[in-house]
Amino acid sequence: MDQDTLNYLFIGLSFALYIGIALTTRANSTKEYYTAGGGVSPLANGMATAADWMSAATFISMAGALAIGGYAGSRFLMGWTGGFVLLTILMVPYLRKFGKATVPDFIGDRYYSKFARLVAVMCAVFICMTYIMGQMRGVGVVFSQLFGIEIQNGVIAGALIVFLYAGMGGMKGITYTQVAQYCVMAFAYTIPAFYIVIALTGNVIPQLGFIGEYIADGEPVPFLEKLNNINQELGFSKYSEGSMSMVDMFCITAALMCGTAGLPHVIVRFFTVKNVRAVRKSACWTLSFIAVVYLTAPTIGAFSRVNLINELHGTVYNEAPEWFSRFEDTGQMTFVDKNGDGIIQYAGPLAYRTSDGRLAVAPSLKEKKELGLSGDQADPNELIFGPDIMVMANPYMAGVPPWVIALLMAGCIAAALSTAAGLLLVLSTSVSHDLLKKILKPDLSDQEEVRWARVASFVSLAVAAYFGINPPSAFIAKTVAFAFGLAASSFFPTLLIGIFSKKMSREGAIAGMICGIGFTLSYIVYFQFLGGAADDYLFGISPEGIGTIGMLINFAVSFTVNAFSPEPPAEVQQMVEDIHIPSGAGNAVDH
Amino acid sequence: MEKPTTRSYKVACLKLTLILLAIWAIVSFGCGILLRNWMDANLPSIGHVPLGFWMAQQGSIICFVLLLIIYAICMRRLDEKHGYSEE
Repeated sequence: MDQDTLNYLFIGLSFALYIGIALTTRANSTKEYYTAGGGVSPLANGMATAADWMSAATFISMAGALAIGGYAGSRFLMGWTGGFVLLTILMVPYLRKFGKATVPDFIGDRYYSKFARLVAVMCAVFICMTYIMGQMRGVGVVFSQLFGIEIQNGVIAGALIVFLYAGMGGMKGITYTQVAQYCVMAFAYTIPAFYIVIALTGNVIPQLGFIGEYIADGEPVPFLEKLNNINQELGFSKYSEGSMSMVDMFCITAALMCGTAGLPHVIVRFFTVKNVRAVRKSACWTLSFIAVVYLTAPTIGAFSRVNLINELHGTVYNEAPEWFSRFEDTGQMTFVDKNGDGIIQYAGPLAYRTSDGRLAVAPSLKEKKELGLSGDQADPNELIFGPDIMVMANPYMAGVPPWVIALLMAGCIAAALSTAAGLLLVLSTSVSHDLLKKILKPDLSDQEEVRWARVASFVSLAVAAYFGINPPSAFIAKTVAFAFGLAASSFFPTLLIGIFSKKMSREGAIAGMICGIGFTLSYIVYFQFLGGAADDYLFGISPEGIGTIGMLINFAVSFTVNAFSPEPPAEVQQMVEDIHIPSGAGNAVDH
Repeated sequence: MEKPTTRSYKVACLKLTLILLAIWAIVSFGCGILLRNWMDANLPSIGHVPLGFWMAQQGSIICFVLLLIIYAICMRRLDEKHGYSEE
C-alpha cells in the first residue's frame, strides 16, 4: 500500500472514531452545549483539556522551532507548561467555585458592570481569533502536505472541515472526542521519536538519547556535542546557545505563562468537572498528559536537526531522497541552486561564500559584516523552508515505516482540529451568550442563542482562514504566542486581582484591561503588519514577549485608577471572600 | 465577622501558594534562563547535557508536574483539616 493510501486510511479511521463519539453524545440543549452537564471525570477531563491545549502550535510547530532555534526554543517548552502551574494554583479552583460558565461572566459579575463584561467579550474575541489564525495555518500545512496541494487551498479545505466538525458535537461531543484525540496525538508524536532515537543513539527512550551519545557515525560522541558541531560548521549558532537575548527570552516565557493562565478556552474546561477538589486533580492529569508530549518535543527537534543536515546538506540535487520532492511539490521546501553546482548547500547566518566559491564561516555577525559581502555571497543558503514543516518531514528523513507517517498525519489533524473546535466554541459562546443574551437582547431563546453561536463560528472561521493564508508571522508557534501575549495583558491581571483583592473596583479593572490589551495589540500590529523594524523594539523585546509589559501596564493602571474610584459594593466583596472557600461549589449545569 | 477556621484556612492556602510559586519561578526563570550559564559552567551535567540547558528543555517541565501533584495533595489535606472537603 503506498503512503497516500495509508494516510487516507488512518485519517479516515480517526475521523470515523471522533464523529462516532460526537454523534452518540450529540448536544440537545444549550446548557449541555456549553459545559457538558458538569459530570466529566477528572481523568477524562484532563485528557480532553490536554488535547484542547495542544494545538497545531505545539504539535506541528514547536519541535521545528526547537530544531531551528535550539536553546531559544525552550521558551515555548517552559512557557506553555509553566503557565499551567499559575493556572491551577491561582485561577481555576476559585473560578470553578464562583461557578459561572464563561470568563466574561465572571468579569461581569465580579466587577458588577455590563461594560466590564463587554470589554471582556472583546478581549476574548481578539485572543481566540489570533489563536485560531495559527490553527488555520496548521490545518493548511497539514492538508497541503496530505493532498499535495498549495497551502492556500489546504487552509480553505481545513476551515470547512473544522466548521462542520465543531458545529456538530457541542461541548459534550467535544469532551469525549478529545479524549480520543489525545490518544491519537500522544502516540503519533512519540512513536516516530522512538524509531529515530534507536537509529541515532542506540537508546530506546528518546529523553535518554537526548542526553546520551550519538552513534550513527560509528565513533560515539555526546549527542549534544555532535549537534553543536554540525550547527557551527554550517554557520548557525550553537544548538545549546540559540540566538535570542536573555531579556527577550525572559519576557516571552513570562508572556506565554501568564497568557496560559488567562486563556478563556482553557479556563472554561475546568467548569466541566464536579467540584473544586476534582478541578485540582484534573489539572494534575492535564499537565501530566501534556508533559508526555512536551518532554518528547526537544528530542524530536534535536534529532530532526541532525537528520535534516545529514540527509540534505551536500547532497546532489538529482540524487536527493524521494521524500524531498513531496515537500517541493507543495512549495514548503525549496532548493535554489545559487552557485549552479547542482549540490544542495544548507547554510546559516554566519556562513558566506568566498571569492573562489567555497563556503566559509565567520566567527561573529559583526566580523561577517566587516567583510562587506552582498547578495549570494553574503547569503549562500540554498535550502529554504519554514520550521512548521519539520515535524512532518522528520519521519521521512529518518526513514520510518509508512504507517508511522500515516499515524503522524492523523495526529497533526487531530491537534489542529481539536483546538480550533474548542476555541470556536468559546468564541461563539462569548458572542451569543455574553454579548447578545446578557447585554444586547436578554429575551433571546435557547434556540436562537445556539443559532447565533453558529453564525459567529462561521464568521470567525472565515476571518481566521484569511489570516491562515496570509499569516502574521513566520511560523505557527509565533502567531499563537501573540494570542498568549494578548491574554497575559488582559485577562490574567484582571482575573488575578478579581480573585485575590476584594477592593478592586470596576473602574480600575476596565481601565487596566483596555490599556493592557490596547498597548499589546498596537505593538504587535505595528511590528508585524506596519513594518516596524527590529531595531526599534522597546527594551529589545520582540512582539512575542510584549504581553509581559502589557501585563505590567494593566496592573499599574488598575491599581492607580482604583485609588481614585469608589469601593465595590458589599455583596461583591462578600462574593470574593466566598470563592476562597472550596466547598459548596454549584453544579456546572445549574446556571 | 470571619470565622477563625476560615481565617487560618486562608492563611495556610496563601502560604502554600507562595511557596509553590517561588519554586516555580526558580526552576523556570531561575535555572532555565537567568542562572543558566552559571549552572552550565559550575554544576554537574545530566548525562552529556549541561544542567542549565537540560533544565530549560526537560527539567523544568518535570518540576511543574511535581508541583501540581504536591498542590493537589496539600490542598486536599487542608480542606479536610478545616472541614471543607465534600467527599
